[in-house]
Formats: sequence, structure tokens, C-alpha cells
Amino acid sequence: MIYLDNSATTIPDPSVVESYQKASEKFFANPSSVHQLGGATEKLLQTAKQQAASFLQVDANEIIFTSGGTEGNNIAIKGIALEHQNRGKHIITTAVEHPSVDEACQSLETLGFEVTVLPVDEKGLVDVRDVKEAIREDTILVSIMHVNNELGTIQPIEKIGKLLSNYPKLYFHVDAVQSLGKVPLDIQKAQIDLCSFSGHKIHGLKGTGILFVRKQVSLFPLFHGGGQENGLRSGTENVAGGVSMVRALRLIKEKQQNQTNHLQAMHDYLWNELESIEGVQINSPHNGAPHILNLSVPGIKPEVIIHMLGEKEIYISTKSACSSKEKDESKVLAACGLPREITISGLRISLSYNNTQEEMERFVASLKEAIHQFKEVLR
Amino acid sequence: MQYDHILIRYGEMALKGKNIRSFIQALQENLQVKLKDFPNAKVKRTQGRMFVLLNGHEPEPIIEICKKVFGIHSLSLALKVENDVEQIKEAALEALKKADARTFKVAAKRVDKNFPHGSLEMNQIVGSHLLVNTEGYTVDVHEPDVEIKVEIREEATYITSENISGAGGLPVGTAGKSLLLLSGGIDSPVAGYLAMKRGVQLEAIHFHSPPYTSERARQKVLDLTKKLVGYGKSIKVHIVPFTKLQQEIFREMPDSYAMTIMRRMMFRIAEAVCEQENILSLTTGENLGQVASQTMESMHAINEVTNYPVIRPLIAMDKAEVVDISKEIDTYEISILPYEDCCTIFVPKSPKTRPRRDKINALEARHDFGPSIEEAIAGIETIHITAKSEDTEFEDLL
Repeated sequence: MIYLDNSATTIPDPSVVESYQKASEKFFANPSSVHQLGGATEKLLQTAKQQAASFLQVDANEIIFTSGGTEGNNIAIKGIALEHQNRGKHIITTAVEHPSVDEACQSLETLGFEVTVLPVDEKGLVDVRDVKEAIREDTILVSIMHVNNELGTIQPIEKIGKLLSNYPKLYFHVDAVQSLGKVPLDIQKAQIDLCSFSGHKIHGLKGTGILFVRKQVSLFPLFHGGGQENGLRSGTENVAGGVSMVRALRLIKEKQQNQTNHLQAMHDYLWNELESIEGVQINSPHNGAPHILNLSVPGIKPEVIIHMLGEKEIYISTKSACSSKEKDESKVLAACGLPREITISGLRISLSYNNTQEEMERFVASLKEAIHQFKEVLR
Repeated sequence: MQYDHILIRYGEMALKGKNIRSFIQALQENLQVKLKDFPNAKVKRTQGRMFVLLNGHEPEPIIEICKKVFGIHSLSLALKVENDVEQIKEAALEALKKADARTFKVAAKRVDKNFPHGSLEMNQIVGSHLLVNTEGYTVDVHEPDVEIKVEIREEATYITSENISGAGGLPVGTAGKSLLLLSGGIDSPVAGYLAMKRGVQLEAIHFHSPPYTSERARQKVLDLTKKLVGYGKSIKVHIVPFTKLQQEIFREMPDSYAMTIMRRMMFRIAEAVCEQENILSLTTGENLGQVASQTMESMHAINEVTNYPVIRPLIAMDKAEVVDISKEIDTYEISILPYEDCCTIFVPKSPKTRPRRDKINALEARHDFGPSIEEAIAGIETIHITAKSEDTEFEDLL
């Protein structure tokens, strides 16, 4: 099997699964229980948060364990909107966000909020000047993703953060689900207030994630109850989930330190090979994230290529998995202003540190063959 | 051109007369230890100056660390160039461009009298170079957004733009050792922090009364200590098993005096630890009139049992001031965790707010606490808290 759909989800690392199982069995107590077992479990939870915090260069009490990116984005966006609506009801986001940001913002429109959706250029990039122009007296939130899930475009988060620091009344949320462990992000330098991460994109488990909430940022919680997770996410803490998330985070950070070149080399190889195939157009920016490559083969339905490759146990995807159920067109590619023949034929290859150069070679050969076969049939 | 070093200024220490060498050496050592995660960063001294050579590291995280080291009055990111007018002009231009400013002022200082241009002349030379080569900047000698400092010394010229405030105080370790009575509340960590600020190397003592106080309360004290370690060196925590003695006090002594007597016992045990560890003073979070046990009479009664100096950094502070500092040093959130400690259990209904020494001595003479005190001292568990003491307890999971 050659698995190249790592931006949809990754293969869980066995040691992460093991950590989840062990923590579930041994630290089953409720961390809020007063007895010794509760104390030990609470200590594990706290230690996990401390370690997560040190990897992300933030404080332990700024870490909220969530069920993943979608939840993190919803807690952040709706939480800021509902909590601070007296100050203003204007939100700024971009045309290429993940549906969990997109839809969360749209849902707020039905509650009387106004949403400005910033345009992007043909490579999916937001212009900092557009951000500045969109800011109004009543803007309370700017939500912009770090790395785009379909194209791999890296948004200028630090520059945007610096700009936004001149507007003390608004909050800055970043969806960093796709960049974690792949593209560096300095939460402090970029002056981010809220940042979402997901476990299953970094060889962790589904249902695990982290939301960073800067101290002194108050949110209206989506879940009310026992006040767990700083009151932002009531419900008995998912200790084993959080623990396994931190294990996954540790592993991906180690790889980020030692193997970034490996990822970049595979990416460069793919880029050069794919670019030279007739009829293939690369949609990703050249200086994008090292693990995502988006291309179109106009005239061929992407599903066909996916199934042809799938028969050889090579797995890639069309647009993003989360929006694959929508008809035909990629919303992200459309936002880039690309012609329809491109936007309906997008394919995404997304890598992990665990992929090998040999796999890249086999994939390229198989893709060439698939395109060739298809053209044969048409002729 | 990149910032290649951080200039460290030590304010008050420069006044320390003949001791200055040992103070500066302590500061250099403390700083170097704090920077051990940055293998290329080196702390150097030349002729009354200390600086951190970045050698390729990003400056921001190192600045954050320097800001927590006592003995540093202020610091600046700096460029080092040769004593050459052209190089100085270029570096000053670079520094101005990096600063977030519209108005500036050049402040040149010629320490090396062999340099051909005087301070005033250099102000003009550099200032006009900056004006000619930039757009939109103006000079403001009274309230500039940024002051570009040019210091021409014998070995090199240093160009700095902004002054970042340091933690002040004196290098930890230069004022000897003190034993901090650490309860887990808001006050005692702040007291420890303030003592450290004056150069004190701390050890801590905590009275643990299981099962009345829990494992969580003990952990809280270790977590607080870890926060203090962030401002100095590693700290030894002495955990005293206090249950038996405490029970005995509350059983044998009248309710109204039990609290005062318990505090006297704590001081006695603390003094014994001081003797063992070669520590010359105690530090407490006591504050005048804050609670019943901290009246003047109460302090008079408690202090009778030791003739060691008792440092009380919070003595004249308002509670709000103490809370502010605890938030600043990040101990507040830990301190307010609601676990019982040995001072919150067995709270008598009406403690004496004006206890008398003669009365207490008479009471204490009625019962021999000696064996239990000895037992408590013998049972002390000592834990080293270092900056790196990560919990290895969950290594197989995290």
C-alpha cells in the first residue's frame, strides 16, 4: 500500500495507540475525584498539558483538549462571537477555509453577525492589505488558516498577527490543523489568541485535538456542565485521548526536527516529475507546505484516476475529504479563480514523514500509466 | 546584518564596591546555566560589559530568559561592528529599520578616546546618514520613538536600539541561603520570589499532614517551587511529616492556643533544618495584620523560639499587591487550587489574636513534645527541584 492521503487522515502510530490503551486501563479514574486514583489521573492530565504546552511554546493552562480540528474551530469562533457580541458583530475570514470554519461563520450570520470573506490569489494566498482593509470598528474576530488543506498554501500568519496587534479589540484565530509538525508556526511571534490542532493528522487518534486559548481570552462555552477544561468544555476529560495526542505531538515534533528535508525532497521530486507529464497542471504554490501537492488533469474525472490508482493500492484524494461529498467543484480551487475544467479535476497528494522516495517513484509511474490508459480509451 | 548579541546591563550591582567581581561572576554563571538549551549562546564579559553572543540562535526566546534573571537591570539587542565610521553608519541604519518607529534620536558615546570623532560629531554623522537613507523618519531629541545608541569602546562599537527592562535585584546566590516556609498559599511563594530577588538562594520547607492533607497538596508545593526555580537555581524542598505532632498539639493544648503553638513547632523544626543545611535565616510569607495568627502579638509569641533572622518580605504589603506579584510570577493559579494544607485543617473556632509568651511557655511545659519533634525531623524527605525536573513518572505514556 502507498498511502498518500495524509491530509485527510494519517495512519495511527502504534505507540500512540498503545499509549491510549495503557492510559485508559490504568488511569480510568475521573480527574475530578478527590481520592488518590483521581489525584493520579489529574496529575497525568496536567503533565500531558505541560508537555503539550512546551512543544507549542505556550502555558499549560492555555491548552484545552478537544475532539479535533472541527471542535476546536467551533469552540473558538462561536465562543468569541457569542462572548463578545456586545462589542461588535463583524468577523473576517477567507474564501479557502476548512468547512468547520466556513460553516461556523455562516451559522453566525443567521444570528445577526456579518462575515467578510477575504479573496485569495490564484495560489490561494491572502493579501495582508486586504485583511487591513476589511477591519472595522465592530470587528471582533479574524479567523485564517495557516496551511490550506487542499493546496498547501502557507498564509502569512506572522504578518497578519503583527497587523492585528494594532487592534487590541479583536481576536485572532488560526486553524493550524494542516501545518502542525510540518510547517513551523510561532504562536507568540504571530500573536495568535486561539489556535486549533488535530490529533489524527499527525498519526494520532480520531477524536483527539488541542485548542490553544491565550490567557485572558474569554469564550462562551459550547458545552456547559462541570466546568472541565477551564470551563470551556464541560464533560469528564478525555484523559487517554489527551495523553495519546501529546504522544503523537512528541513524535511529529521529533520528525519535524530531523526529517523536514526528507519531506521536502519527496515533494520536490513529485513536483518535477508531475510538471513534466503532459496534460497535468500543478495548482499548489511552489513555496507551499512540503506535504501537500494539488494538481489537475483537465478532461479526466478525478474519481477515475483515484479508482485506477486504488486498484494498485495507491491512495490519493480529490479536493478535501471533508468536502468530497459536495458535487464536482473544489470550492478552494474556485476561490483561486481557476477555470472550471481545473476546479472539477483537482487531485491532492498529501505526504507523511513515513512515506519513502521509492513510493514516490512508484506513484509517479502509476499515475503516468493511468493517464495514458485513459487517453488510450478515449482515442 | 543581524543582531548578534544581547547587551546586559547590571544596575545596582555596579555600586557593590570590592565585591563586584563575585557578583558579576555569579550573574555570568547564573545566566549561562539558564541558557543551556541554547548550546551556541555564550555569556562573555569585557571591561565592565556583559553580553550574550547569540551565535545564530533567535534572540527572542533568549531575551525572555534573560528577563527572569536577577541582577540584570536592562538589556538590549545589539549589533557589534568595528570602530569604523562606515560600518557604524550601516549598522545604525539597520537598527533603525528594525525598530518600529517614526521618530528617532542618535545618542553616541565615545569611550575609546582614540576614535577620531567625538560623541557630538558622531551624533551628527550617524543622524544625517539615517535621514538621508530613509523615508518618513524624523529626528526628535526629546521624546523619540527609538533611541539609537552608538557606543564606541576600545574593542568594538555597539549599536543598540531598544532598552528592555530586566528583573533587577541581585544575582541569586550572592546573598547566602534562606529556608522558605512554603505552605501552598498565595503569600509564601511571593515571599520566596522577593527574597531571591535580593540574591538569596532558597531552600524550602513544607509541613505535610497526611491523610488530612493530600498528595495533591504536596504536589502543589512542588509545582510552586518549580515556578520559583525559573528565577534562580535548583531548590531543595524538605517535606516534614507533620501529622503526629500536629495531632498531639491539638489534643494536648487548649484550642485557642493551638495555632500559635503549631507555628512555634514549625519554626523549631525549620531552625533544625537550617542547622543541618548550613542555612542562616528563615523566610516567611507573613504579613502584618492579615489574619489572626499574624498580629504583632502573635509574631512576638512565635518568634520567641528562634533567634535566626526571619525575613518577611511581605510584611508591609497589601494583599492586592501580593496577589499582583503572584500573578506576575505565575504562581497565583497554582496557589488558589483548593486543597487543604496543614494551616487550613484544625482551624480552631476562636484562636487567640493576642497570645502571650508567658502563657504559651507555661502551656508547652505541660507536655513533652520533644520525641514527636525529633520524629518529624528524622522523617524529612528532601526533593531536589531543578529547571529540568520533568516528570518521568508518565514517560511510557506521553
